[in-house]
Amino acid sequence: MSSVNTESGKPGCHKDTDNNTQHHNHENGSGPHNHVDSAAHQELIIEGAGCASCVGKIESALKAVPGVENAEMNFAQRTVSVIGNAAASDLLKAVEKAGYNAKLAAAENEDDALAEKEKADQVYYKRLMKETWIALSLGGPLMAYALITGEVNVNTTTERIAWLVVGILTFGVLYFSGKHFFVGAWKSFLNHSANMDTLIALGTGTAWLYSMVVVFFPDAVPDQARHVYFEATAIIIGLIDLGLALELKARGRTSEAIKRLIGLQAKTARVIRDDKELDIAIELVLLNDVVRVRPGEKIPVDGEVVEGHTAIDESMLTGEPMPVEKATGDTVAAGTINKSGSILFKATRVGKDTALAQIINMVKRAQNSKPPIGRLADVISAYFVPVVMIIAVASALTWLNFGPEPAVAFAIVSATTVLIIACPCALGLATPMSVMVGVGKAAEAGVLIRNGEALQTASKISAMILDKTGTITLGAPKVTDVLVAGEHDEQAVLRLAATLESGSEHPLAMAIVESAQERGIEMGKVSNFNAIAGHGVQADVDGKTLLFGNEKLMRERTIELGDFVEKAQALAAEAKTPMYFAVDNKLAAIIAVADPIKEDSIAAIKRLQHNGIRVVMLTGDNRATAKAVAEKAGIKEFFAEVLPEEKSKKVQELQMEGEVVGMTGDGINDAPALAIANVGFAIGTGTDVAIESADITLMRGSLHGLADAIAVSKATLRNIKQNLFGAFIYNVAGVPFAAGVLYPFLGLLLNPVIAGAAMAFSSLTVVTNANRLRLFKAQEH
Amino acid sequence: MLLINIAGLALIALIVWWFWLYKPKEAELGESDLVITVENGTYSPSRIKVPTGEPVEIKFIRKDQSPCSETLLIPELQISDTLPLNKLKTIQLPALAAGEYAFHCQMQMYRGQITVK
Repeated sequence: MSSVNTESGKPGCHKDTDNNTQHHNHENGSGPHNHVDSAAHQELIIEGAGCASCVGKIESALKAVPGVENAEMNFAQRTVSVIGNAAASDLLKAVEKAGYNAKLAAAENEDDALAEKEKADQVYYKRLMKETWIALSLGGPLMAYALITGEVNVNTTTERIAWLVVGILTFGVLYFSGKHFFVGAWKSFLNHSANMDTLIALGTGTAWLYSMVVVFFPDAVPDQARHVYFEATAIIIGLIDLGLALELKARGRTSEAIKRLIGLQAKTARVIRDDKELDIAIELVLLNDVVRVRPGEKIPVDGEVVEGHTAIDESMLTGEPMPVEKATGDTVAAGTINKSGSILFKATRVGKDTALAQIINMVKRAQNSKPPIGRLADVISAYFVPVVMIIAVASALTWLNFGPEPAVAFAIVSATTVLIIACPCALGLATPMSVMVGVGKAAEAGVLIRNGEALQTASKISAMILDKTGTITLGAPKVTDVLVAGEHDEQAVLRLAATLESGSEHPLAMAIVESAQERGIEMGKVSNFNAIAGHGVQADVDGKTLLFGNEKLMRERTIELGDFVEKAQALAAEAKTPMYFAVDNKLAAIIAVADPIKEDSIAAIKRLQHNGIRVVMLTGDNRATAKAVAEKAGIKEFFAEVLPEEKSKKVQELQMEGEVVGMTGDGINDAPALAIANVGFAIGTGTDVAIESADITLMRGSLHGLADAIAVSKATLRNIKQNLFGAFIYNVAGVPFAAGVLYPFLGLLLNPVIAGAAMAFSSLTVVTNANRLRLFKAQEH
Repeated sequence: MLLINIAGLALIALIVWWFWLYKPKEAELGESDLVITVENGTYSPSRIKVPTGEPVEIKFIRKDQSPCSETLLIPELQISDTLPLNKLKTIQLPALAAGEYAFHCQMQMYRGQITVK
């Protein structure tokens, strides 16, 4: 029993080509085993190996397994790299026999990682809530006492003793509920950096220290300044812990979309090996394994149907609601659901290579990337904390020099409040939280956004160029007319034309070949095939020189066209593409093909136009066909007879007119134009999409994806702006207010407790606002 | 009062020097495995030196539960990745030209720098 595919010289799912996002529970090692091509490489995680001497035992147990060429253990990581063609199950058994537990490294899948993360978050949440209650249960009563009696002064000995007890209790709060702020602040200080912890630790620390000075040395401060701020210290710590806990909860919701995608993955697969059906974890499915999927089950990996037929619901990946019929030879994608029949398929992409895994990976990356609009906030947050510290010191000095009595108390209060109210987090969170939700939301609609920059630019698109074939139309043209010249026979002409085109992959060529096949015409042999880019093709068949292409090509070769030019024009006016066919430099026929417009293209184009976007169609077809299709689709502007290499020039032309240009194409033929456009949209049909080829990938063939993508981008950008504006205003207004700028005019000075509450809830507000984006719905189609 | 003012100004000068002007030593990515620990609001070590022109691996271990520390960004290299809690994560860097590359968390509160020499 061999579970490893070595046909291609490359191992299956445990191959060593992982990038930085693969196995995150172990290192890949950099030893000599890393690039062995002849055998598979599998990684095991060993449990229960407590001593270094276990290494030899485990290694030799594994080496004894038939097929294993080498086994090397990394004791620090508790992982073993095994090279050879042994079955994973045999390896696990061997380790168990040696007295240890082992599991496959890759078996730790995204689902598990996610569950683990949620568990860790839950633990952290509980801890924060506990800390909150400890702090508030001391701070609350203290504040109530202070408010009711107004007595927070230290004058008599009894008061000193009472406040000393409170001071010690507050220290307890600082220790139990606020320790992480202080440790964090100290560690970053040693690291020459400063963060939110620094501000909170300094703020609450100053308040507590000052209060203790008042308790121990009341004479050191003026009579009026003998206040203690223990209640503020405890409440601030409590509120900020509460803010962190609530933020953690709210953050969980921002990643719902990615959780849903990860949840699409099947956990097990039923593979057929040695004529037996086995249920195995999907991580163990290897390339070329034959997999059985019954009705109602998820497709575990990408593959090609080898037996049976069924309808598959691909809506989770493509947003396409109708189930897609699949039969032998068709491809199926991981994460989609088999609806009706039982099928056998051959695994063609497994593990990290499946379309679903790539989509998850791309969404994750995009969610973490930042649009340019967030860069200013980044620059500011890099300098923010030290600047706030400087403002706190400066404000204290100003109060001491120019403030009214008790200047010391004012100075302490203003410095503390400045430190507490400043919130770098709100600024830092503003952009990433919205991007996270926006990109996820788009993915749910079948729109994959590559990164933050694409997201931002998409919101500004003013002109959209649509490639005709395959974008506006179905891209599957059919032969509609064969008009023969002179003595020529339709069957014979079609045979020659189909033979000539059989080598070409152009959609029009394929239509002709298909038409010949439908009529049961057998094809001949082609020689001297020559493609004339953008014009047509030429080749020799049965000793005749055949030329097939557009009018330009025929004129160049001085072929007499006669009244066929008018016939061609008439066909073109019906949105058909007429092509001239010449045999031995004499016109033999016009063959017309037509490519129907996709059902929803017209409505989607209307949506774009309704949003003020200038829609332009681009095609290599002749003017008349282009005009007919454009009219049908409701497009006013079009470029016809554009050679493939000219497409990018058309994009540039619009850019020179000052437009922010979106270009939509199939992502393969249109790659240069997609790259040069401000935003390139690759349109995929089904799950077979080249998601690396464009800024934004539409997984569904429909042009509604364009309008959806632009709508999501606009909503996200609006959300980011709200967040950034809120965070900027909050800090720009809050810090000076806390420093006491309003005091000389209005006699207003901010209470540190209120500053603490404001700070705690400012970042929560940002996350909550970002979460609002989850409610976004693209306009009904 | 004069003393207090001088002390205050000195404190401001100290903040500027400590957080902005002072350049701490860089840890070198050498033979022994270097692991960057993400804990208590910092990367440690936060400044690392790697050789120019060859791909290298940097390992991270996150012990910090705060959600901000989860994401690692190296914007200039378009790297953004998630650091699992208490698990070693290897980030692979391509061969780099000499220069300074910042890495940080989503909110830039955790900051570090890779110097390529």
